[in-house]
Amino acid sequence: MITLENVTKRYGQFTAVDDVSFTAKQGMVTGFLGPNGAGKTTSMRIMVGLTAPDSGTATIGGHHFHGIPNPSRHVGVLLDASAQHAGRTGREVLRISAETMGVSRQRVEEMLELVGLSGVEAKRRVRNYSLGMRQRLGIANALMGDPSVLILDEPANGLDPAGIHWMRGLLRNFTAQGGTVLLSSHLLHEVEMIADEMVLIGRGRIVAQGTKQELLRQQGTYVRPEDPQTFAKVLAEAGIEALPDGDGAFRTESEAVDVGRAAAKAGAVLAELRPAEGARLEELFLQLTADDARETITAEGVQA
Amino acid sequence: MTTTTPASTYGATLDVSGTPRTGLATLVKVEMRKMVDTRSGLWLLIAIGVITLLITIIFSFAADAEERTFASYMGVMATPQGFLLPVLGILLITQEWTQRTGMVTFTLEPHRGKVIWAKVAAALVYGLAAVALAVLLAALGGLLGGSSDPWGGLGIDDVGKFTLLQAMAVVQGLAFGLIFLNSAAAIVVYFVVPIAFSVVSSITGAMADVQPWLDLGTSQAPLFEGGNLTGEQWAQLATGTLIWVVLPFVLGMWRVLRAEVK
Repeated sequence: MITLENVTKRYGQFTAVDDVSFTAKQGMVTGFLGPNGAGKTTSMRIMVGLTAPDSGTATIGGHHFHGIPNPSRHVGVLLDASAQHAGRTGREVLRISAETMGVSRQRVEEMLELVGLSGVEAKRRVRNYSLGMRQRLGIANALMGDPSVLILDEPANGLDPAGIHWMRGLLRNFTAQGGTVLLSSHLLHEVEMIADEMVLIGRGRIVAQGTKQELLRQQGTYVRPEDPQTFAKVLAEAGIEALPDGDGAFRTESEAVDVGRAAAKAGAVLAELRPAEGARLEELFLQLTADDARETITAEGVQA
Repeated sequence: MTTTTPASTYGATLDVSGTPRTGLATLVKVEMRKMVDTRSGLWLLIAIGVITLLITIIFSFAADAEERTFASYMGVMATPQGFLLPVLGILLITQEWTQRTGMVTFTLEPHRGKVIWAKVAAALVYGLAAVALAVLLAALGGLLGGSSDPWGGLGIDDVGKFTLLQAMAVVQGLAFGLIFLNSAAAIVVYFVVPIAFSVVSSITGAMADVQPWLDLGTSQAPLFEGGNLTGEQWAQLATGTLIWVVLPFVLGMWRVLRAEVK
């Protein structure tokens, strides 16, 4: 539904978005995950035409954003909740959008109610809003035109846990009706909670993408034999590389069935044999966030 | 019974055939609204109205009965209005950048040129309203002022010239706003540069001949001095306008169409 093809954007020497391609599918929440400065916002700005890419194309439902008449009736956008006139009231911000889109004033009141901004809050000027309230106002703004596609940049930023829970419900409902959601976040946990699919970006490049299940799938095997000392030999003879994992246990990249077979062959007794804990995605994400690890990631060209 | 597809079911491609484009009139209305829904914008408009009124009252008391003509009322109102109307144009543009609302405005209507033209129209509507107020108050002043010839020396074409002058001021403000995308810089440069240019060109002897052609202030002067403009004066007004209004507007528009909206 939202498709980026080989999109690149440079600022002088700095490549903010480097040959990025991915698709946010219809009926799903796609989480766009990456540390701050990874290129999420630039990619989203390119999708809605606020920034022109140096090369590549971004389309929404087969259209360039510019080609969509009255685009907010099809694509709801929240790029920066703080980008509102501080001197306008929350309600006035929405009324301006409603008038531009050509939707009724009644819709403004419905949206205020939907995002949980009370009548008193709606009368206050945006400068007095907390970040969480601005996010709610921004989400109301994005939903006002009854779009089928949502592009939200860090929408959970500033929301309390209850607010994140509320947003998850809202977006679930939206995609259940066939809508498409692309939301960005720099917090893995946030995206894990909300997204069906994930696109991981670091230093302007896509480093992993896939369904949440694929990316969070536990890899490797954890094994705790009765006798660790002899079992180390058993593993070595079977050609299984393993590392001690404390408490007499081992961790290996091999499948559990291979470890079990080796144990059966040697007649070794196992106390525990299960998939290893610790998702590869989390490790990948931690690597991305650690500044010094950035180069290694790109050099290795980690792919899902 | 046939069931229709629920409106909430969407395809993988967007069907935009049923969605009309946002009309220019809608955008003009929105831009007019943006001028009055913040304290700064509203107070600027109130200030323009109140100052125009105050000038009328002060002049009514200060001037002799014979001086209280329609023409002189218009004359005293030209300066304060010409001072404030460009600020209106500047703010209407720059608030999108200083308050960063441009990110919303230009995603609601990605055709930025259309938004800018809507702003031009909205600013002109307010500018013309200010002119209308000036004409009304000047007419009242002339009517009640007690001058023996309240309408002397001024025809309908002079009202037209006054309107042209103020409209140019509004558009020039818009143009400077577009170039700088920053209220403070646009306001300062708008007021300082033409003055500096006038000063420099008037003290440089060699510039004296070309000054009316290059300096908008000089070439605009005949517009509020009454009397008909000569062909040469119109030509000078055209070149001055080209340099100080049209050129900045074109450059500013080019910048806005190309710039990233942050």
